[in-house]
Amino acid sequence: MELHLLLLFMIFAALVAVEIEDLLSSVIAVGAVGLGLSLAFLILKAPDLAITQLVVEILCLIILIRATIKKDLPLIRDGRWLFNTVSTILFIVFFLIFSYFALKELPDFGQPIMKVAKEYIKDGLLKTGASNLVASIILDFRGYDTLGEATVLFTAVIGVLVVIRKVGRINGK
Amino acid sequence: MENKKAGMTLIVKTITRLTVGLILLYGIYIVLHGHLTPGGGFSGGVIIALSFIHLMLAFGKEVALKKLSEVWASILESLGAIMFLSIAALGFLGGYFFLNFFLSKGRPFTLFSAGIIPLCNIAISLKVGAGLFAIFVALVLFKGLTKEK
Amino acid sequence: MSVYFLCLILFCIGLYCVLRKRNIIKIIIGLGIMEYAVNLFFILIGYRYPARAPILAKDQVIANIVDPLPQALVLTAIVIGLAVTALLVAIAIRIYEKYGTFDITKIRKLHG
Repeated sequence: MELHLLLLFMIFAALVAVEIEDLLSSVIAVGAVGLGLSLAFLILKAPDLAITQLVVEILCLIILIRATIKKDLPLIRDGRWLFNTVSTILFIVFFLIFSYFALKELPDFGQPIMKVAKEYIKDGLLKTGASNLVASIILDFRGYDTLGEATVLFTAVIGVLVVIRKVGRINGK
Repeated sequence: MENKKAGMTLIVKTITRLTVGLILLYGIYIVLHGHLTPGGGFSGGVIIALSFIHLMLAFGKEVALKKLSEVWASILESLGAIMFLSIAALGFLGGYFFLNFFLSKGRPFTLFSAGIIPLCNIAISLKVGAGLFAIFVALVLFKGLTKEK
Repeated sequence: MSVYFLCLILFCIGLYCVLRKRNIIKIIIGLGIMEYAVNLFFILIGYRYPARAPILAKDQVIANIVDPLPQALVLTAIVIGLAVTALLVAIAIRIYEKYGTFDITKIRKLHG
């Protein structure tokens, strides 16, 4: 029940973030969506994720506010704006209708099929000695994925440091 | 000592002086106890980066860059990545990749348990914290961008 | 069942924002909302109703534990999402410095 209310709050905050013209207000609304997500992770019994989502949301807000310089541009009503908007909404409605039939095939909310996770829960403590099962999965049973994730972070840092450089040799000097 | 005009107002500076050390200590606590309580290397590393960013936002960039310069940030990040990779490659001695090679895993539920998992957490937290601080420094110090409101 | 549907509506709001807005920062915000919806969907699949968090405690035998495998996957996905957002913002700042605007209909010259 609380989960439905929280999801309705997140949908309302997302609608505010998408439609408002002032960029600073829409960034703050995205912050509200992130806070709702962190509370949803707590309700769904995932404390690691709640901590991580909260601090990552703070950092994402700081980086986004750096980039809000001008106001949002209004929707120009020229050419085929009506056709574009209506076809986008029609596509989204078809997507939702087909996804309703697909979602009926999933197992019920609250009874997952845990084939692989049963093995991890059964001998996680014996084989690794860690009492945090999520930490033992990401660092011992599936450590290769964590190596890939460290590589992605490294590449992103190098990418930012390369894109932001001083005015180069073509214009300056 | 600090320039009176750089950074934010006096209230923010006083509160920052009191709490930024506690934020850094809390981040280190979350990293070290990653195998016992929720948390781990990723969230602890982000909290450590946030403490340095807090220092930079409140006091201006000279004071923060004196504590952790850009050169040291990139060195620490590469060090974290190399440490993580070497812990993984040491598993080659046993025939696997990523072998948990400590023979006795310690008593569970204590701090010194669980083999290589605390070492991996420390390496990841160094990498994530220094990397995110380097991203923030690069985005903020970029000159040549005029701010219009 | 209705929870999954609400989560997909959140995803579609982000998709509408990416498709129809003209400002680059609004597009980045839309991508962020889509990321939140996908992470939430993963964790909704792995929830078990009368169960506890996946942390074992001393001297306790725990009967039901929530599925820990999707949580391990989403943990790395959250931090990767932050890195991708930072890279997008860096590229957007660079575009603003070169073209003087954030409007995507005016950024046409792909060379130089």
